Amino acid sequence: MLIAGGSTALVVLAIVMLVPLAPGWEGVKASFFSGEVFAKTFPKLLKAFLWDMAIFAWSVPLIFSLGLAIALARAVRSPALFPLRIFGAAYVDIFRGVPVVLVIYLVGFGIPGLGLPRPWNSPYIWGTVALVLTYSAYIAEVLRGGIESIHASQRAASICLGMSERDTMRYVILPQAIRRVIPANMNMLVALQKDVALLSFIGPVEILRQAGIFKSLLANFTPYVAAALIFLCVTVPATRYADYLMNRDRNARS
Amino acid sequence: MPGAKLSLRGVTKSFGGQAVLKNIDLEVTEGEMICLIGASGSGKSTLLRCINQLEPVDEGTVWLDGVDISEPGLDLGPIRRRIGIVFQSFNLFPHMTAMDNVLLAPRRVLNEDPQSLRLRAEEKFARFGLLSHKDKYPDQLSGGQQQRVAVIRALTMRPEIMLFDEITSALDPELVGEVLDVLRQLRTEGMTMILATHEMGFARELADRVCFIDGGMIVEQGPPNQLFSKPKVARTQEFLKSVLR
Repeated sequence: MLIAGGSTALVVLAIVMLVPLAPGWEGVKASFFSGEVFAKTFPKLLKAFLWDMAIFAWSVPLIFSLGLAIALARAVRSPALFPLRIFGAAYVDIFRGVPVVLVIYLVGFGIPGLGLPRPWNSPYIWGTVALVLTYSAYIAEVLRGGIESIHASQRAASICLGMSERDTMRYVILPQAIRRVIPANMNMLVALQKDVALLSFIGPVEILRQAGIFKSLLANFTPYVAAALIFLCVTVPATRYADYLMNRDRNARS
Repeated sequence: MPGAKLSLRGVTKSFGGQAVLKNIDLEVTEGEMICLIGASGSGKSTLLRCINQLEPVDEGTVWLDGVDISEPGLDLGPIRRRIGIVFQSFNLFPHMTAMDNVLLAPRRVLNEDPQSLRLRAEEKFARFGLLSHKDKYPDQLSGGQQQRVAVIRALTMRPEIMLFDEITSALDPELVGEVLDVLRQLRTEGMTMILATHEMGFARELADRVCFIDGGMIVEQGPPNQLFSKPKVARTQEFLKSVLR
């Protein structure tokens, strides 16, 4: 404890003492850590962050619904429904294999480019669609992992009681699977929260875009630092909470 | 055999080219209790799983009340409802209380008034001495209690036949008795039962007929007294000698 505290203090001291000695420090300090610019832009950035929160909030239910549907499509056992499995597998391969930014560009510029009338050309709509497409693929994989982690005898016990495959999935397998993958999904949500900022590339004036506007306006990078701080205020507690859940889960199972 | 409750004819089953059941014939009359004995891996469990169609048979037929239930493409839900099964372990649904474990399937499948269903279930919990445990989760129950809940769950579907797949094998020795008592009780109520078991004393005490299974075949069968005291086949003698020391 004492050693950890001492060494940490030493490192912090070194950074505080040594970094200002760098030749470019004065310039960096003025353009990245200007208190004046920070105070001026922070309220508006915070307001722009509400858009990030809003986009996040309405994307999450859509992502989980679609992700669950894809996971279930991949879990069907009936040979007649095999095409559904193929579709599910292809979907996951494609949207996990393409960078989020690319999906956002392709969907966000491509689909409104078809000449859709207002409000259907809104970048908010198509940006959301892009996030939902990508993230549902990840969530589908997490859920599928959860479904497959449930011991086969649970399914056997259920169908031996005369329950249908559908009821077995709904009442026996899924409730256990979903509980088991909550920590993994929390991490997905943290990643999503950050990736919402990528929508700035196709138009919505959310926090990153707003920071960019301020940067051009004031010729100063401090708004980006402010934006980063705002993100950290949300993502750090969320990540810690996910870790806590993960640890609790590990302890409960061992 | 006319009037047989359950009848297997030439049932054959392989897993990946490995024959697990070879040409099994078995007749079970209503109210009969049959014990399947034999070494682990002899095919006892597979036989039970082929009876309730959890595993489709490769060849042969399984008849229930004169109806072929092994025919491919049948809706198995209504058939499995009539044949209850309890497994060795991992039986109960861990995310539900004992009572919810029991009520889930009847609620989904049987057309029964929820009130009378619950009363019926509670009566069974009481009969098997578990009434005070009905709202506990499986991990709060001992292995023996869990197996008894699994039996109650199967019984609440009002099955016509009960299959038991080594239901005491995963239990600590001191918990075996309470589970066997449940089977004794079912026996007095005239339930048709097929047990795969390693409990030779129990088989001897209660079974109407004991079948010795080895290498996927019924090597010898007969009333317990005859089979245990005067086994005719050399392999049966060897097996009994190794387990009845």
